[in-house]
Amino acid sequence: MGIHTIRLPDVGEGIAEAELVEWPVKIGDIVNEDDVVAVVMTDKAAVEVPSTVAGKVMWLGGEVGDPIPVGEKLIQLEVEGEGNDTEVGLGEAGKVGSSPATAIASASPSEPDVAAFAATEQTLTQAQNTERKSAPAKESHTHIHRSKPLAAPSVRARAKAEGIDLRNVVGSGPAGRINHQDLTDFIESGEAAGHNGHTHGRKNSVKEIKMIGMRRKIADKMSMSKSRIPHITIVEEVDMTELEELRSALNKKYVGERPKLTLLPFMMRAIVEAVREQPEINARYDDDSGIIRQHGAVNIGIATQTENGLNVTVVHHAEAANLWDNAGKVSKLAEEARNGTIKLENLSGGTITITSLGPLGAIVTTPIINHPEVAIVGINKMQTRPMWDGQQFQPRKMMNISCSFDHRVIDGWDAAVFVQKLKTLLETPAMLFVEG
Amino acid sequence: MSDLKCKLLVIGAGPGGYSCAIRAGQLGVETIVVDRRPPGGTCLNIGCIPSKALIHAAEEFHKISHANSSPLGISVEKSSIDLATTVKWKDGIVRRLNDGVSGLFRKSKVKLIAGDARFVDGKTVSVTSDDGEHSIHAENIVIATGSAPVEIPSLPFGGNIMSSTEALSLDEVPKTLAVVGGGYIGLEIGTAYAKMGAQVSIIEATDRILPQYDAALIKPVAKRLGQLGIELCLNTQAFAYKDGMLVTSNGDIPADKVLVTVGRRPLTSSVGVEELMLSMNGPFIEINDACQTSMRGIYAIGDVTGEPMLAHRAIAQGELVAEHVAGHKVSWDKQCIPAVCFTDPEVVTCGLLPDEAENATVSEFPFAANGRALTTGRDDGFVRIVAREEDGVVLGIQAVGAGVSELSAAFSLAIEMGATLEDIGSTIHAHPTQSEGFQEAALRALGQAIHI
Repeated sequence: MGIHTIRLPDVGEGIAEAELVEWPVKIGDIVNEDDVVAVVMTDKAAVEVPSTVAGKVMWLGGEVGDPIPVGEKLIQLEVEGEGNDTEVGLGEAGKVGSSPATAIASASPSEPDVAAFAATEQTLTQAQNTERKSAPAKESHTHIHRSKPLAAPSVRARAKAEGIDLRNVVGSGPAGRINHQDLTDFIESGEAAGHNGHTHGRKNSVKEIKMIGMRRKIADKMSMSKSRIPHITIVEEVDMTELEELRSALNKKYVGERPKLTLLPFMMRAIVEAVREQPEINARYDDDSGIIRQHGAVNIGIATQTENGLNVTVVHHAEAANLWDNAGKVSKLAEEARNGTIKLENLSGGTITITSLGPLGAIVTTPIINHPEVAIVGINKMQTRPMWDGQQFQPRKMMNISCSFDHRVIDGWDAAVFVQKLKTLLETPAMLFVEG
Repeated sequence: MSDLKCKLLVIGAGPGGYSCAIRAGQLGVETIVVDRRPPGGTCLNIGCIPSKALIHAAEEFHKISHANSSPLGISVEKSSIDLATTVKWKDGIVRRLNDGVSGLFRKSKVKLIAGDARFVDGKTVSVTSDDGEHSIHAENIVIATGSAPVEIPSLPFGGNIMSSTEALSLDEVPKTLAVVGGGYIGLEIGTAYAKMGAQVSIIEATDRILPQYDAALIKPVAKRLGQLGIELCLNTQAFAYKDGMLVTSNGDIPADKVLVTVGRRPLTSSVGVEELMLSMNGPFIEINDACQTSMRGIYAIGDVTGEPMLAHRAIAQGELVAEHVAGHKVSWDKQCIPAVCFTDPEVVTCGLLPDEAENATVSEFPFAANGRALTTGRDDGFVRIVAREEDGVVLGIQAVGAGVSELSAAFSLAIEMGATLEDIGSTIHAHPTQSEGFQEAALRALGQAIHI
């Protein structure tokens, strides 16, 4: 038997550390090769770290919420035959030294691809071709003890009779032991109401949720964007009637053949056209070093809601793709973001962002710029409103756009010109496609 | 032929069955118990109680017969034991307890039918008793039929080849006794006969006795077997019994009597359990956390449900089933089932052994450092605690030593209450008692032991 150490692989973008967000395994578990043994969060996404060997989990390198440096020992497994770790003792933190991860970092600096580094890690750690046995993770006695809440028999009996799952009750005794008073407090707090039918009990409970993983990344990012960037937001009204007619006609014509067009590819097209004349809008402002980078590529971020929170998927080179290509990319990336298979490169490198809440889009929003970008376009809800055409009211499909700009970089005049340009392009959709 | 109806029918009046019936009666559930034997089952009639009586008598005789060689200054001129009288005394205890259980049945309005039960269907049982055939229709039926000794084909029970049942009712001490099987039953009875003067050999097929315990717990027991002149033949197989000799893989062993204790098997076929097609777990009936079998309204408790085959487990299951039938919300949530081995010295285990626990600290306190143990002339053995490293929650407690069976109450209570090392270390234990060893073991784990 030997000890095999899995270190935190380079999870892309040259980042130095990742936050541990989940241990899918526990000490004593039997894992097979390729089983996910840890989930870490980078600035962009949750990354699953697969095991490179089969073995028994002996040591875990930290607790959920801990930052783990790339190359640091993440988990140690007891494996058949010799392991890769000859150091005596388990989990001596801080000994990176000649770790394989150093090599990984230089081997794959520009390949922020989850699958790629899993494979790299595999070769570097001399993955043993251990026979894949279906060794189900045996529930150890210790685990059974752990999963049972610590409480005296009378407390357990009372909880059972009251229909309360003691795992939900916080114990105040030593080692978290639950006493009668804890149970009484739990019942009186109304937390047990769901079970007991006390639907109108006063609720004094405070649920503490640790900010970890994606939520914390979002929080940090929002704080930075909102505190560093002086925002200016401009709201404009756009008559979408003609564009909607065009969109509907195109969808009808290519039904089943091409991706269905939403509003987004048209908006992307409008942005591409607009920034052609105003390259300062399609830029990233590195405020630490005081450099503005105006990009030729129009890499459009699309804010996407996922189960874990907000993601910004990035469609690269929107300027080089047609409506349907962009439409296909948007829906593919959204799907990948929701099921967690998205590659890191598709979560980074944006030069401008679109945010849309669809039918929930309200009439006005004040979008927060995705730092270090300098502009964001918010799409509000479309609805038919009566508009005066000079002689009478006409029913028109109206929609507001709420655009925010980094006022350090973009003056109000330029911002207003950009918004007017978007409005013109959207209201006269033919202009979207006329080579200028 | 008469037809009866009840809410609860319990098949088997052993510790599990009678506890179930009495509790059910207390809860107002109309209950019938069926068993051919006097109530009390294996435990009371031919198991725990008779063996403990015999072990006690043997220990008393051993002390008296070896008084002259003890340092206590007691001299005895002549000592002898009349086993027939001992067995009569033992039978008296058994009868008294049989009557006690019958009385408890009456008190809790439980009807006992002496007879053999057999399932007709999932709701009906036919009972053959001396006064004829009964058909009992019950809403709920509990299978509490227990277990019986396993027989070795080459050594069939009968004549000089005994199961534990016969070994507990001999009328004279055999000169030579061969015990086949080094589990706790064989060791308990073998030790008793050695103390009464028999030349005892223990034949065990594996390389160790008491397979459920670790080496440290077994060591004092093995040492004492040697002191008592018991010959331990490990890695030895018994083949046949011929002309007063037990033929084994290591030569012939003289044996006036042979005791075969190689395990117990669940008793299910005699009541027709097989015909119900219940889900099984090997030879045992599969149950859930309310002791329900795969058939609605049919429960199983005790030895038929598997290891550990212990009376107190069956009792706890029986009570739980009675409450479940009475409509209470209950489920099996026990943290530990203590086990006591009445060898000399006794062994108690409760919860996890050291090698069953992960991330645990193990602490031991030897009776050699306990005043009370010295005053009884027995300083062998120790108390050991296994606790979770991170928060000191006690996961397991074991002890080996003379009389430690009575410490088991403290052990299981500690684990069931979720005690930590600090709780035990901070509890005043009476001086001078062996129980101080328990407190000291906890203190030692905390680095605070006084006497070691």
